[in-house]
Amino acid sequence: MVTPGVRQAIEDLIHTYVHCIDDNALEDWPTLFASQCLYKVVPRENADLNLPIAIMYCDSQGMLQDRVTAHRKANLFAAHFYRHLVSSIRVTGEDEGVYAVRSNYVVFRTAADAVQYGVTEIYSAGAYYDKVVFENGAAKFREKIVITDTCKISSLLVTPL
Amino acid sequence: MDLAPAEQGVPTPWPVEGVCRIPYRAFFDPAIYAQEQERIFRGHAWNYVGLEAEVPKAGDFKATFVGDTPIVITRNKEGGLHAFVNRCAHRGAIVCREPRGNRLRHQCVYHQWTYDLQGNLVGVPFRTGIEGKGGYPPDFQPSEHSLRKLRVSTYGGLIFASFADTIEPLETYLGPDMRQWLDRIFNRPLQVLGYARQYIHANWKLYAENTRDPYHASLLHLFHTTFGIYRSSMGGGVIMDNSKRHDMLRAYKRPEPQETAAYRGKDIRTFQEQYTLADPSLLTTRKEFEVELTNHIQAIFPNLVVQQIQNTLATRHILPKKPDEFELLFTFFGYEDDDAELRAIRIKQANLVGPAGYISMEDGHATELVQQAIVRDQEAASFIEFGGRGIESEENLLTESGIRGFWKYYREVMHL
Repeated sequence: MVTPGVRQAIEDLIHTYVHCIDDNALEDWPTLFASQCLYKVVPRENADLNLPIAIMYCDSQGMLQDRVTAHRKANLFAAHFYRHLVSSIRVTGEDEGVYAVRSNYVVFRTAADAVQYGVTEIYSAGAYYDKVVFENGAAKFREKIVITDTCKISSLLVTPL
Repeated sequence: MDLAPAEQGVPTPWPVEGVCRIPYRAFFDPAIYAQEQERIFRGHAWNYVGLEAEVPKAGDFKATFVGDTPIVITRNKEGGLHAFVNRCAHRGAIVCREPRGNRLRHQCVYHQWTYDLQGNLVGVPFRTGIEGKGGYPPDFQPSEHSLRKLRVSTYGGLIFASFADTIEPLETYLGPDMRQWLDRIFNRPLQVLGYARQYIHANWKLYAENTRDPYHASLLHLFHTTFGIYRSSMGGGVIMDNSKRHDMLRAYKRPEPQETAAYRGKDIRTFQEQYTLADPSLLTTRKEFEVELTNHIQAIFPNLVVQQIQNTLATRHILPKKPDEFELLFTFFGYEDDDAELRAIRIKQANLVGPAGYISMEDGHATELVQQAIVRDQEAASFIEFGGRGIESEENLLTESGIRGFWKYYREVMHL
């Protein structure tokens, strides 16, 4: 049973997620996931062919944190901003307190480096297939599977989608 | 330096320092790019086009490119492989419009000219017209209107194609040193695990240099060093074939105290040690090769890089698109006999490479940084004297000899 309250909490979680990334508050990003979690960015090509490779694959809170640490301390890339647009959020099912949710996303990437500063590109289009649970009353992602229609990644992917 | 326009037949002066200086124009001149298509990709070369595991069954096909020319790879009923240019012999349309699939005939949708798996024309609608009117002249010979065919050869499950009318066998082209290292990986049936595509806004040769460049590995890829996966004080070396066009870069761990002592105090920002992975399962690696290497990066001229990093295995297919753009297609694979645990390790370690790879995402960025900076200085040149000026194989990682080797061969085939 998907009550209006549950639906609102799920939608709020999704909106919090995109604001967290778009506001560059990546340190908060792992906190939106459940204690046991899975985050994957899968090229649609692989999803359609039923091939298992993801280009980002985190199956623990620790792996999410490591992505953030590497983003801040290790990886080198052109500075940029993201702007997510998320739409068509739909709760598609519920099984023992685990809610299946799908939505569409588009991410615009705006360059903030010295050479390309201010140029915006349509960076990635795709869909989120989420499993949402409630831990201590708060909605969290048990799973967030990002299927990127944009299989051909422009330059590189370092900031989560 | 005085560089003339790179017009057909006009020799381009190259800096007197030879392979130690690469004029920046080589990375953005459209005339050079066009010449590369003819002299390299459509010339005397075996181009990597895919894995046999991608087209295992009769009728399986894969659309790809040799250089920027669209081609199709097919498998016939006898198990043989064919390749042809993906352009109808009638009016030039793309014949095969899907990236992959299974068909026993390939039909152009424009006028339904139909080809068999070898690219032979086998069907022409209204060939003799209708009721004696229209159609082709009586001397029309379908056999004269096949799709343009390429030579195909395989090695260890890798498929190569060539436009050349005469070219040495693939085994000879690879050479014994390269084959020995390919055999390390391509020794039993492969299973494709997935693809990752990266579109890089830089000239393809900047990536060819990058994969022959052990100098940058510990300096650009900070993840590597931050978490102690790779340092230049590791054991390793660079091996080239006789022509210097191919390059095998290998790195392995030395005993820790020896390595650390060699690295400390070198004024390098990368020796941090304070970062540890919150979840170190990423680096859980299983020994699976007789010769243990942390990094096996093997560049086969002109467009293939084979990689083993920890337990990740992939081919990296370089697809030039424009003078200042190329696509990098990673095909991740394992072996058919992998157990579930090893399969899971490979999937998790795919985090290390590809467009979002912890230790590879910077390669594309670095090549773009070069492309952005060189655009107005075609007479200037890069400086490639690390490890000396030679082009010999080296038993260390502090060298750019592999880059010099690439340019030696490049200049020969390009007449530059």
